[in-house]
Amino acid sequence: MDIIMAAKNLIIEVKGLHARFGAHVVLENINLNVHHGEVLTIVGSSGSGKTVLLRQMLGLDTPFRGTVQVFGQPIYNGNRDVLQSMRNRCGVLFQKGALFSALSVYDNIALPMRELHTLDEGMIHNLVMLKLKMVEIEAQHANKMPAELSGGMIKRIALARAMALNPELLFLDEPTSGLDPVLSDSFVKLILTLRAELALTIVMTTHDLDTLVALSDRVAVIADQHIVALDNLRNVIGNSHPFITNFFGGDRGKRALTGMGDNF
Amino acid sequence: MQIRQVASENGVPRLVLSGRCTLSALEQQLQSLSAELTTFAADPNLYWDLTGIEQLDDAGALLLWQAWGACRPEHLSLQPEQERLFDRLGNIPAAPEPVPRDLLGPIRAIGNTGFLVWDHIIGIIVLAGQLLLDVKFLVTHPTRIPWREISVTLFRTGAQALGITALVGFLIGVVLSYLSSRQLQTYGADIFIINILGVSIIRELGPMLAAILVAGRSGSSMTAQLGVMRVTEELDALAVMGIPHSMRLILPKIIGLGIAMPLVVLWTSAIALVGGMVAAEIQLGLSYQFFFSRLSDVVPIANLWLALGKGVVSGMTIALISCHFGLRIKSNTESLGEGTTTSVVTAITAVIIIDAIFAIIFSNVGIL
Ligand SMILES: Nc1ncnc2c1ncn2[C@@H]1O[C@H](COP(=O)(O)OP(=O)(O)OP(=O)(O)O)[C@@H](O)[C@H]1O
Ligand SMILES: [Mg+2]
Repeated sequence: MDIIMAAKNLIIEVKGLHARFGAHVVLENINLNVHHGEVLTIVGSSGSGKTVLLRQMLGLDTPFRGTVQVFGQPIYNGNRDVLQSMRNRCGVLFQKGALFSALSVYDNIALPMRELHTLDEGMIHNLVMLKLKMVEIEAQHANKMPAELSGGMIKRIALARAMALNPELLFLDEPTSGLDPVLSDSFVKLILTLRAELALTIVMTTHDLDTLVALSDRVAVIADQHIVALDNLRNVIGNSHPFITNFFGGDRGKRALTGMGDNF
Repeated sequence: MQIRQVASENGVPRLVLSGRCTLSALEQQLQSLSAELTTFAADPNLYWDLTGIEQLDDAGALLLWQAWGACRPEHLSLQPEQERLFDRLGNIPAAPEPVPRDLLGPIRAIGNTGFLVWDHIIGIIVLAGQLLLDVKFLVTHPTRIPWREISVTLFRTGAQALGITALVGFLIGVVLSYLSSRQLQTYGADIFIINILGVSIIRELGPMLAAILVAGRSGSSMTAQLGVMRVTEELDALAVMGIPHSMRLILPKIIGLGIAMPLVVLWTSAIALVGGMVAAEIQLGLSYQFFFSRLSDVVPIANLWLALGKGVVSGMTIALISCHFGLRIKSNTESLGEGTTTSVVTAITAVIIIDAIFAIIFSNVGIL
């Protein structure tokens, strides 16, 4: 019974994953589970393979070895329908935003909604404007093109687009990089609100300790091509791996962690 | 989502909603649900009970909101989270009005096209002027000449174009020779095939074929390269490093293609002649030796110089036009596609115009 429950709760299952580009090995023997309703944060130094791991989970790159299952389905067996239905349930925020440069802000967010072919334009309009309000973009920017936006605006609009279909599973690659601290805080609040309203599962990478502390249920640390720690924040901080002590140690870490209070 | 109507003890009709009310759960039944809810909403005394809903997202809330006519029904019970959700729905800002359609638009567009063409012509002249200044600078500072970039252009536009120009040239040569020899045979004028092939290929077809192929091949790639550099802000990065685009990116392309083009012309003409020779041998039985020995008698060498001159001019023009359009691309993918198309079309047109100009100026040269 427990096993069945556990299997049902498993959203992503990564087993023995190896990733490499030519002779350059990026990830080695990665094992990782993501459970229903949790926020898993992946941390690691720059260039350690966080984005590569996310891309593997999305089926954008094929692993050199190993398997990835999302919603209980392997994503590399070539079945396009399975992959498609999985992708309809996911939202992705790419590190660089990846807005469609030929579409306005409004159309960027409306695109996934229109692709459903079940929503009428009135509904789409209201939903798009709601999403924009959610990420604190004023209505006057709706007709702008991505080239006319600031870096932080691109990030927030990309987030709005990732949430367009209210996905169950959200991949966020550095959601708060390029945002000012006030906006980072409101991002954290937004995610907390959404989690209260919906059963949202989030896989996120970040370098921002405040965001990490405020949102993460579990933290996975990538260093030297391996996952060196995968646990709740308290246990990860207790780990003595040099990267972890560097990352969470020092004044910067202490300042962020003092805010943790009971979560810790 | 399930909708259940129950009569409560005090006789007020009650509508109990339950289940998942989210976009993914409702997707297929959105239209029918919307109609159903609207009919329920027509009754102002109905008591709406949403506390049984497990999950409500903004799409689900919006569905209800629209059914209610954008205000809350009189009798409504909600969970606290749902309360917040409906609060947010209360003031959805309207998207700014798209720019109203201009009735004079089509007429204005014609005028604008005229200005745009003028703008491009001026732009190309300015660019050419800038390049002249760069050349002047390089003459006095020969160590700054971008040799590497020139040799890259030579390789990409010259060496890598040999395969395709050879194939096209050979086939055109065969076809031309075959068709002409059939005509000549009827007059018994077999031997004139050498004159026809020699003059037409060396003077006209070789340079034109090569120029059109290169304009399509290298012109598009130059425009796209500069365009992507604009999209990814690489041009700005170069500018802040104080590296002028014109000297580092554009001049090497123009010099490179100016050198590569006459060589490609030579190559294309040679292969086309070989094709013509093969077909003439099969069709008319003219031996290769005879073909060769006659060729130098019937085609004055001036034709070759003319072809090489055309090659240099058209090569530099293609590069200049492609780079001009590349620099005009705005940072979005649509403009990139559009700019590349315009660039190739303009370059091919320009090449044909150049050919016509050469034909008029040198009408007395190289013809027996
Ligand atoms: N398409 C690719 N081809 C070759 N190597 C790649 C490719 N993508 C990533 N890499 C390499 O894989 C390694 C991990 O890259 P990745 O983008 O996952 O880093 P990251 O952990 O996301 O870093 P950051 O925090 O800076 O975003 C890097 O060394 C990078 O050079
Ligand atoms: Mg990354």
